[in-house]
Amino acid sequence: MKYLRQFGIIVLISLLGEILNVLIPFPIPGSVYGLVILLICLMTGILKVSDVRETAAFLIEIMPVMFVPAAVGLLDSWDQLAPVFIPVIVIVVCSTILVMGVTGKVTEVIIHREKRKKHE
Amino acid sequence: MNEIVQNLTFFGAALSIFAYILGLLLKKKFKLAILNPLLIAVICVMAVLLIGHVDYESYNVSAKYISYLLTPATVCLAVPLYEQLSLLKKNLKAVIIGLLSGVFASLTGILVMSKLFHLSHEVYVTLLPKSITTAIGMGVSEELGGIVTITVAAIIITGILGNVIAEFVFAIFKIKEPVARGLALGNASHAIGTAKALELGAVEGAMSSLAVAVAGLVTVVLASGYAHFM
Repeated sequence: MKYLRQFGIIVLISLLGEILNVLIPFPIPGSVYGLVILLICLMTGILKVSDVRETAAFLIEIMPVMFVPAAVGLLDSWDQLAPVFIPVIVIVVCSTILVMGVTGKVTEVIIHREKRKKHE
Repeated sequence: MNEIVQNLTFFGAALSIFAYILGLLLKKKFKLAILNPLLIAVICVMAVLLIGHVDYESYNVSAKYISYLLTPATVCLAVPLYEQLSLLKKNLKAVIIGLLSGVFASLTGILVMSKLFHLSHEVYVTLLPKSITTAIGMGVSEELGGIVTITVAAIIITGILGNVIAEFVFAIFKIKEPVARGLALGNASHAIGTAKALELGAVEGAMSSLAVAVAGLVTVVLASGYAHFM
């Protein structure tokens, strides 16, 4: 019964997220609404982590595999991608490094500065 | 072989899972960052399909059931995030400024490079949402008049690339704080980056999940403004 209940809760929240996605006219997927709903439920105590723990751990562990089918789908979009492939790939590589570097470095510098402030 | 595969309901799932497990084993054995399990899995599945003359459609008849679990799995990212809430509150200022500067770097970087390459407005807005999660990115691209298929391709390449290069980028920029690493992965490479962040640790995973949600929402708001710049 434990797993059934946990999976049931997660599927129900996914459904609620999906319904919000249909009702609210923003390009925000049901999964993001669902994440926020579950977070609110945990913060307000409506749900405890133990209500979903094992099933959540299982789904999160197998999550990387869920990206495989979409990525293999690149085979099918190749015809459309080919004419702009070079600029697209250069922009993708440069901007990914840029965003990762900027986000990480800015966060790190501020964390260190705040820590130093506290020590003074 | 294509006709046989079309009628198999577990072919895509089994192939994807074992290709990923093979990737994990190779990574464990050789300990090279370039041997990224996801990248290996994708290459293996593509190779099997090409060698066996199996269409993507036939593979996806069964593989789609794995993708089906993506929504419930994303919902579950609330759990690691909830468990790190106190850490989030402690570093709130750094988190907010870090995330926003990353989103601005993303949009501005794409704008500047699109100008350098003299890309058309259509291709420019196609690329604008490349660092956010697929479902949001598709919506943004569609709304701005981009080519959705190419947006999806760019988003997936961005995810896998971020997954592969994260450790190099962290070494080059000397990024050591788990909070900073998690945000960087989620902001640059959305949910696929989060898979990598979870591999690095619980704090990284939680911060990356947060970044996916926030970067997605902020990009929805800012992208239509950026669309007018070119």
